[in-house]
Amino acid sequence: MLEIKDLYASVNGKEILKGINLTIRKGEVHAIMGPNGSGKSTLSAVLVGNPAYEVTKGTVTFEGKDLLALKPEDRSHLGIFLSFQYPVEIPGVSMVNFMRTALNEKLKYEGKEPLSASAFLRLMREKRAIVELDNKLANRAVNEGFSGGEKKRNEIFQMAMLEPKLSILDETDSGLDIDALRIVGEGVTKLKTPETSCIVITHYQRLLDYIKPDIVHVLYNGRIVKTAGPELVMELEKRGYDWIKDEVGE
Amino acid sequence: MGAKQQYIDLYAENKDLIQQHSSDVMNKHREQAFADFNRMGFPTQKQEEYKYTNVDKLFEPDYGLNLNRIHIPVNPYEVFKCDVPNLSTSLYFVVNDSFYDKALPKAHLPEGVLLGSLRRLSTEYPELIGKYYGKLADTSKDSVTALNTFLAQDGFVLYVPKNVVVEKPIQLVNTLRADVNLMANRRILIILEEGASAHLLICDHAMDDMQFLSTQVVEVFVGENAQLDFYELEETHTKTVRFSNMYVDQARDSKTLFNGMTLQNGKTRNMTRIMLSGQGAEVNLCGMAIADKNEHVDNNTLIDHVASDCTSNELFKYVLDDQAVGAFAGKVLVRPGAQRTVSQETNKNLCATKQARMYAQPMLEIYADDVKCSHGSTVGQLDERALFYMQQRGIPLKEARMLLMFAFVNEVINTISLDALKERLHILVEKRFRGQLNQCDGCAICKR
Repeated sequence: MLEIKDLYASVNGKEILKGINLTIRKGEVHAIMGPNGSGKSTLSAVLVGNPAYEVTKGTVTFEGKDLLALKPEDRSHLGIFLSFQYPVEIPGVSMVNFMRTALNEKLKYEGKEPLSASAFLRLMREKRAIVELDNKLANRAVNEGFSGGEKKRNEIFQMAMLEPKLSILDETDSGLDIDALRIVGEGVTKLKTPETSCIVITHYQRLLDYIKPDIVHVLYNGRIVKTAGPELVMELEKRGYDWIKDEVGE
Repeated sequence: MGAKQQYIDLYAENKDLIQQHSSDVMNKHREQAFADFNRMGFPTQKQEEYKYTNVDKLFEPDYGLNLNRIHIPVNPYEVFKCDVPNLSTSLYFVVNDSFYDKALPKAHLPEGVLLGSLRRLSTEYPELIGKYYGKLADTSKDSVTALNTFLAQDGFVLYVPKNVVVEKPIQLVNTLRADVNLMANRRILIILEEGASAHLLICDHAMDDMQFLSTQVVEVFVGENAQLDFYELEETHTKTVRFSNMYVDQARDSKTLFNGMTLQNGKTRNMTRIMLSGQGAEVNLCGMAIADKNEHVDNNTLIDHVASDCTSNELFKYVLDDQAVGAFAGKVLVRPGAQRTVSQETNKNLCATKQARMYAQPMLEIYADDVKCSHGSTVGQLDERALFYMQQRGIPLKEARMLLMFAFVNEVINTISLDALKERLHILVEKRFRGQLNQCDGCAICKR
């Protein structure tokens, strides 16, 4: 599904990613862990085409297409979704209007008819239930005045609406209390199908208790320095990252 | 010398003609206004109030005038369908500067309400209209007001007597219609007596692809406990120049909403002077401008807190694209003795390009010690983070920009109390942002 080869990227002239190689197949869940500043969020930003980041070398293909040549909206239309670490507040733009525009743009891209108002509202209601998002929030402006937990639940709600093929969760567990973590974790699990894949960027085991990874990577200093099965999560939780740094020899 | 002399000559040569096709009430003010104009000439940009608009240059071209009141062969009720469809209004027209009364609709106005041609009504009710006409618009202080006062021959008047409520909104459409470049000088007089209430929507349109220069002086008297909602919407074109000077006097406990929206224009300068002369009066003064190409929108406002316990809220928002120029100079003046004044002034602006220019000047002058006043202004760009967030969800950049600009001006549109008008404006603004404003289906004018 996704193939990253020798990817280098920088922000404001500073090189952050230094040769990432990663292959994600259909149905797989990959966890990406690693100490602060190792490049995890940069990787997710580059995959969705954030203009603040510059790719200096390497290729990314998604279902055979050259992803880096595509505009962010087209990457979205192809089925790539990012749950933002810091969801953006958009005063004056209602959730309903925002979501409806997004969904209809996707349908347009797929050559389908836009949803009727009633069909859309029915879909909103159905998907809202997955993350227990209050109707009041759905009627407000995008993320405006939402608590940290509400914002993250809203991200998963949007994911449910857009039904992406590849979801990237960038520290979706940060700032969540135990209940919100459960709701988000269970929500993502409900949305998971054998056809969809997921990249979970996190510092902790706790979200991975809900979303079981098939493969775990450790990103350090802009490179993937270790790849293993789910047992690596437990080991990192116990031992931290220093032993990996030692292995890498820095 | 500039543009001044041609207007001096114009008046000197056509004085009789002008007077002959007007009313005594209006004629009475001409000589003084002419003397004032002669003394002042057009303001230069060195004058604080006209800092952002080059008046002389805009008055320089040679425009035709219809001083002889030659009938313009047009029935606006037939050609003009581009109004606010779901809004049930009593609809009237001023063609250039004359009130159109050839085919008036059957209006069910409450008894005692006077509405129509200023020239005719001031002839029929000289005492009533004479009591108000020219009382607020001081010709000795402003050249454009002076010019308008000695040239204007007609316009619109609305008089609502004591305790009369006009439920149905009144819509007045100013249409500019000519086969040559034309100057139109119109006058609007609104009188709400004690306890009266009305909604008024004035739309400015230009029907022909000519150069137009319009001057408009509006005088508004709001009596004790009276309520007025006054909306102004400009949808002209890039060859149009508009000068509008509005003077408002609010008596005790009166409440008003003024919302001036510039959707499409050429060069526009709107001056608004609101005097809160009675205790407990409240004004909500809003405005919005969407400008691109070389459009120019200058709003100059003064809210004058004369009496105590008055409230004023002011909100102006601009969205400027291409090389458009916006100016907002808003002064709130709290006079000695105007205690317990509550005043808030906000001006927010978006510049979508590096070439767009915004001049923002919020001003607050306070001469009383027990007041709550704030003022502020921002000029910025669209939020890049929000744009990217929307793109990530599949919304194309162009659409995302539109959603953000739309959200930005929504705050002003949402102050509108008439739902149908609010809805219509949402559509108009969206069309405006999509560059489709001149392509609306309902309008016979646009189809040409």
